This record gives sequence, C-alpha cells and structure tokens, in this order.
Amino acid sequence: MAGELPFEKPLVEMRQKINELKQFGADKGIDFSDEIARLEERYAQLEEELYSNITAAQKMHLARHHQRPTSLDLIQLIFSDFIELHGDRLFGDDLAVIGGLAKLNGTPVTVIGQQRGKDTKDNIARFFGSAHPEGFRKALRLMHQADKFKRPIITFIDTKGAYPGNTAEERGQSEAIARNLREMAALGVPVICVVIGEGGSGGALAMAVGNRVLMLEHAIYSAISPNGAASILWKDASKADQAAEAMKITAKDLLEFEVIEEIVPEPKGGAHRDYEATAAAIKDSLARHLGELSGLDSAALKEDRYQKFRKIGKFAYEQSSHVSVID
Amino acid sequence: MFKDLFQKKRKYATIPSERVGRGSEPGEERPRREIPEGLMNKCPKCGSIQYSKELEKNLKVCPNCGHHMRLNALERIQMTLDDAGFEEFDSGMVSVDPLQFPGYANKLEQQALKSGLREAVITGQGTIEGLPVVVAVMSFDFFTGSMGSVVGEKITRAIEIATERDLPLIIFSTSGGARMQESILSLMQMAKTSAALSRFNEKGGLYISVITDPTTGGVSASFATLGDINIAEPGAVFGFAGRIVIEQTIRQKLPDDFQTAEFNLAHGQLDLVVHRKELRQMLYKLIEMHTVKGGY
Repeated sequence: MAGELPFEKPLVEMRQKINELKQFGADKGIDFSDEIARLEERYAQLEEELYSNITAAQKMHLARHHQRPTSLDLIQLIFSDFIELHGDRLFGDDLAVIGGLAKLNGTPVTVIGQQRGKDTKDNIARFFGSAHPEGFRKALRLMHQADKFKRPIITFIDTKGAYPGNTAEERGQSEAIARNLREMAALGVPVICVVIGEGGSGGALAMAVGNRVLMLEHAIYSAISPNGAASILWKDASKADQAAEAMKITAKDLLEFEVIEEIVPEPKGGAHRDYEATAAAIKDSLARHLGELSGLDSAALKEDRYQKFRKIGKFAYEQSSHVSVID
Repeated sequence: MFKDLFQKKRKYATIPSERVGRGSEPGEERPRREIPEGLMNKCPKCGSIQYSKELEKNLKVCPNCGHHMRLNALERIQMTLDDAGFEEFDSGMVSVDPLQFPGYANKLEQQALKSGLREAVITGQGTIEGLPVVVAVMSFDFFTGSMGSVVGEKITRAIEIATERDLPLIIFSTSGGARMQESILSLMQMAKTSAALSRFNEKGGLYISVITDPTTGGVSASFATLGDINIAEPGAVFGFAGRIVIEQTIRQKLPDDFQTAEFNLAHGQLDLVVHRKELRQMLYKLIEMHTVKGGY
C-alpha cells in the first residue's frame, strides 16, 4: 500500500507484522503458516471493518487524496479518441478546466472536467483545480457547442471551489458561475455530471446542473468546504473533520436528499487503489444513464432537468400568529 | 396585508447606550448614557451622528458622507413600492433543520427575534408609480441574508409567478452567501433560482437585479448577477469570494474600493450605480421603457 491515510494505519501495521513474521520464518527456517493464516484472516476482517464504515471526515481525506484519479486520468480510461479543445474565446485558456470531444462506446460526446494537477508544477499551472471565470466560460462554450451538434455532455466535478482571487473577481467570477447555472438549465441535450473528488461550492455547481448527477462512493459535495465552515462557525479551521460530519457531505447523504441519482462504487480503499476499476464503474453508469435519457427530446430533457432542481429544498409553513415578531 | 407588515415597529441599527460607554476608559462613565436608545444614529462609515428621524427622511443615507446604510426588506418595500396593494407571497414559509445541524434551530429563533423577520427574503407583487411588478427583497438582518431552502424556494416561486403573470421582476439582493447549516440544499438553491430565471428569460420577461450592500457568495453567483439590467447602490460590496479569503490567497492587501459597486462598474460587471434617492424613479423608467410598444 502507498499513500495511506491516518485511519488506515492499523492495516499498515498489521501488514508489516505479517511480513516481518514471514521474513523471520524464512530466515530461521521455521514454519509459521498457521499463525500467518490467522493473521491474514484478522487482516481481512479489519479491512472489512475499516472500509465499510468510512466516516464523512475520512471520505473528505480520501476525496482529496493526492493519488486520486483526476478528470484527465478517468477520461483517458473511459472514452476513446479524446480531442482536447481550448480557450473561452474571450480572455484565455484556464487549465483548471479541461474539455473536448470524445467517444463513449463509439458515440460522440462532449466531455468537460475540473482538473487538479498531478504534481506541484502542474497544480500551479492549473490553480489546484480552482477555475477562474475563463474556465467556466470555456466549459459553457463547449456545452453550447455540444448543444448545437446534439452531443450529450458529460462533466467531471473535482474542485475545492472557484478561484478566490482578485483577478477572478475583476473578470466577473459571480457572473461566470451564474451564467453557467442559467444556461445549463436550458441545454437541449442530455447532461450527466459525475462528482469524482471534491465538489466544492459554486465552483462545482457551475458545471454540475445535469439531468443526472452521480457521485463516486467517497466523493464529497458541499456548499462550503468543511475547513471553511469550521473557521466561520467555530473560528477554528482545524475542526474540519467535525464540520465534515455535521454538513452531510457524503454521497450517501446526498442520495437521501435526492440531490444525486446514483452512487458509483469505488474499489476497496478508494479510487486511487485502482484507476481501471474506478473508470469501468463510471463508464458503466454513464452508459446506463445516457441510454435512459436518449429517448427524451430536447424539451423533455430541459423539463427533466428543471424538475430535478426545482424540487430540492426543505421548508415548512407557520401560522401568522405563531411568529415571533418584535413589537 | 401590506399594512400589517408596517404596523410592526422596525428595529434600526441604533447605538445602544452601553456601546457609547464602551468607547471611554473604564470607570470614566459619561452622562452620554442618558441618550434615549434609538434617538441618534452613528454612520458606520464616517462616524458622524444624526438624529434617527432625519436619517430616515434621508432614506438612511448618511447626509455627511453619502454612505448607504443597510435596509431590511420592509424598509425597502416601503421605499420602493406604491403605498397600497402589496400582495405578499408565501409569508408563512419558514426554515426547518434538514441536516439536524448543531445549533441551527436555536439560531433561527434568535434571528427572527433580532430582526423581526421570518426569513431573509420577502416576496410579493406591488406597483411602482402604478406599474405592476413582482419583487423579492432580501434582508441582511436575518441570518446575514444567507440563502437556505426558504430563500431559494420563495425567490423561485416569485420568478415563476412573474413568468405566469407576465410581469417585470425586481430582486433586491443582499447576502453573505450560502446558509452553511443547510449545506448542499443551500447550494442547490443557486441552480433552482437560476433555472427559473432561464424560463423567465426565454419567455421574454424583464428582470432588474438591484445589488445592495453586501451581496456575495452564492447569491452573487446566481440570481443577483443574472439581471437583464444589473444595478447597484453606491458603495455596495458585490463579489463572489470574501475579501479576507482573497487576501489570504494572493498574499496581498487589496485596495479599499475592491468589490465596491464603483469597482464593479469600472470592470464591466454592472449597468448602473444609482443613488438610493433616484432608485425608485430609475426602476420606474426602466420598466416603463419595456412596457411601451412603439410604432416601428
């Protein structure tokens, strides 16, 4: 195992013990096979226990894992003939967002993703996956292009949030996000969005107004990052784990709230353990949902998307007399 | 119904007597404490002191420095719409605690008590100089104008009603952003309101967005910027990310006027910056411009 998270430490330690015992046996010529078998059994038990009860905070760390597959990693494995297209035609080419043409099981689609870097240099070039307005505008340009040529749109969501910088503000970060939200609602082609890592705030949503929103098993999605919430609510960013639990950020929570349609399973221990298996599960799910949507015409697709978001929200009614008003 | 709204005594940003005392050294209590609460008002920008009544007459704009003080929804409605005939929508809609978020239920109660409001937005139909209009008016007083399910739902319904009734729509925004305590449900209100605006837009409806101090985060990045015409009040802070977050990101101090209405106007993000005294008239003129069918 490589890149273990703190909660996986017991597994690492036990694996180490097993290996040491094996080595010791081999060196001294003693047969420990019974003990080793027993330890392996306990290892499997522990593994099952740990991975079937992953907490929201642990998922947050898995979703941010530096080895977790990025949009480009998954695109290469899921689609064929990916041709990356660049630029928003207004200002520049934001590398925090990638997109282009590709084929899914032979069918042309437009695929767009938020792209974290693979190393420090790449991360700096890609603003750690946090888009400027030009990134959102590039995404929208590609979506309009897809709409024109009647191609389904698939987006991958993986961002801490929109880039919080002065240049982004000057060029209309709010406007870029808002416009995407409005324009995505009006697209006449199927839109499927997959949250593959971190779905952070408006920056995530700006590319996630889909007929279907899917989430990888350990991905997270929230209005504000748990770190941000902790520093605002409790003036302590180190309470992010606590905030992660309170904010209901997991795929399971979001399925219950009917914000997403499906949880895409990850390999044991997380997507970073097996890119191929992760990609295969996403591909399977995408093909199924696209198949379901392919029967709908553009008006029906718009209506379907409208209703999906229209029904989200929880509220109540109160009698006038009951309300506490200062008099 | 409209009248009922205004029978309630509104709470203004007043200087409580203890605050006056706090400025002086301990043990050096001044007789200033005797000033009746609410009589005087201190401008948060220039510090000048005015009679509250005078300030109200001046539409809560500081006569000394021109600072536009924050209004709650009731004050805004009174200032903008004709006196009679306001039909409020969904007045009884209140927040629940869908995430069972620690402290949220209590905080909702406190906010209602503090502000005298039920939620951070009031929606309804009224008239400006006789021209009918659907309005949604936010209050920073209630939970920093944060958008949860209720704010999103009320605004969406108002947009849908404007679409059905074929009326112009004005939304007065002010918000700190998403209501964290409703996390994902709060975020989704951005998509919901924007989708409703998409339909309103396709039908050819006129939407005027009035951005007031401050408008940030999820509200800024959804309906507040989607107006056919975007207007801000002078000095209003309007942006996506907060100043402190940005300063931490870029490790630089930002200029004082960063994210102000004037800054946004200069960067092409607004159509107009309009003084509060002229706002009602401007809204009337803009709506009138869209109702007259010419002969060409």
